[in-house]
Amino acid sequence: MTTGRAALVIAAKDLRIEWRHRTRFATSVIFAILVLLVFVFAREQGGVSLTVLAPTVLWVMLALATIVTLNRAFLLERENHALDGILLAPVSPTAIFLGKWLANISLVMVVEAAAIPLWVIFFNVDPRPRLFGVGAVAVLASAGFTGPGTLFAAMAVRTRFAELLLPVLLLPFVIPPLFFASQATVRILGDAPWGDIEGWLRLLALYDIAFLTLAAMLFPSVMDQ
Amino acid sequence: MIPEPAAIDRIIRRGRATMLAGLVAVAGIYVLALRFTPAEQHQGLAFKILYVHAPAAWAMEMAFVLVGVTGVLYLWLGDARLDVFAEASATVGMVFGSVLLTTGPIWGRTIWGAWWAWDPRLTFTLLLYLMFAGYFALRSALRDPVERARFGAVIGIMGTILVPFIHLTVYLFNSQHPLPVLGRPPCPPGGNPNCQPSLPWVLLKPLLLSFGAFTLLYVGFVTTRYGIGLRRVAREAADAG
Repeated sequence: MTTGRAALVIAAKDLRIEWRHRTRFATSVIFAILVLLVFVFAREQGGVSLTVLAPTVLWVMLALATIVTLNRAFLLERENHALDGILLAPVSPTAIFLGKWLANISLVMVVEAAAIPLWVIFFNVDPRPRLFGVGAVAVLASAGFTGPGTLFAAMAVRTRFAELLLPVLLLPFVIPPLFFASQATVRILGDAPWGDIEGWLRLLALYDIAFLTLAAMLFPSVMDQ
Repeated sequence: MIPEPAAIDRIIRRGRATMLAGLVAVAGIYVLALRFTPAEQHQGLAFKILYVHAPAAWAMEMAFVLVGVTGVLYLWLGDARLDVFAEASATVGMVFGSVLLTTGPIWGRTIWGAWWAWDPRLTFTLLLYLMFAGYFALRSALRDPVERARFGAVIGIMGTILVPFIHLTVYLFNSQHPLPVLGRPPCPPGGNPNCQPSLPWVLLKPLLLSFGAFTLLYVGFVTTRYGIGLRRVAREAADAG
């Protein structure tokens, strides 16, 4: 079986399990809504307008929802020693990484697809002319979050404090893509010219390529038993 | 292969001697910087904190880069001594990082009027520092020494790749952080008013010497920590066997 095909099989297996339970998806969406509400109630009424706050809230919400989603990524395999089964399968560790990453990014994007409309409603954002731009930034940022996230989730699950360690390990790596994505979103929502947005998207893409490649290269060392 | 106890003791003794030489060199640099170096034209006496801040940044980044380099070598060769070195370098990097993140705000308060101005380079340094705090959290949560070494190597490599981003940010973003004083092209005569001139030799000399003193201090600290780490690994191996 080729690496690509094996990765698709692993991703399909994870997404099928998720589809049957939908616990991770539902929890992440509820969590995202609660983050939105926290921001609304934490701001000073009349002090900062919701429209000004919107891009910041969007990225904080998506970053935290991603961590909640990734926390369960390998816990599934830890139960009943399913990870041993995957490692015994005649597929390369790179295929396992790509499969888990594909499943994670798909799930994160589904959570985003459910959470972004709620952000549009709660924060009075007019998305019609800009939805494509915000969506493109969300895809690029999700790749930046989930690349190192998949690697760290595989390591954190082997420790006694998996749920606690993943945010501590991942957040320093989430902040650069979050910053680039947030800057791009501010400019997209402010109808800035393409030249002002392009640089931030390039940085985001550069970050994605660097850390996704590195995570894929290092993953076999994490799985080595 | 862990060295014999007598060899480990020799490493620790050499480390302590180098550390002592480094501390004497650092003390000498401060006497030179505070007593025999003139105050900078615009920043006055506050500028002298540069002789702690910049070499601490150098030592921290060198320490973290070496964690990444030894991480790569560990994943390749699987030698436990490389992991002991990486842990020692990360510990020393955290010490220099603490110095950097303490002196930065003190300098910033005097020059920018704020303890923390969210300057990209300081912020990314804080990120790197927190990432290495995560490195120690991960290590302490793992019981198996081989797994601890492998995962530590992975985090170390990932963190090292963040280092170029720290340097890139100062050029890519609208930073308040002064540009590097070494290797900067000279300002055109009567030209750009925003051009920051390179440091005059009288101010540059103590800075270059402080880089040397901090490097010596780094070598001393790491050698000592490396020896102590080897002693711990030897004791663990003896207990297990």
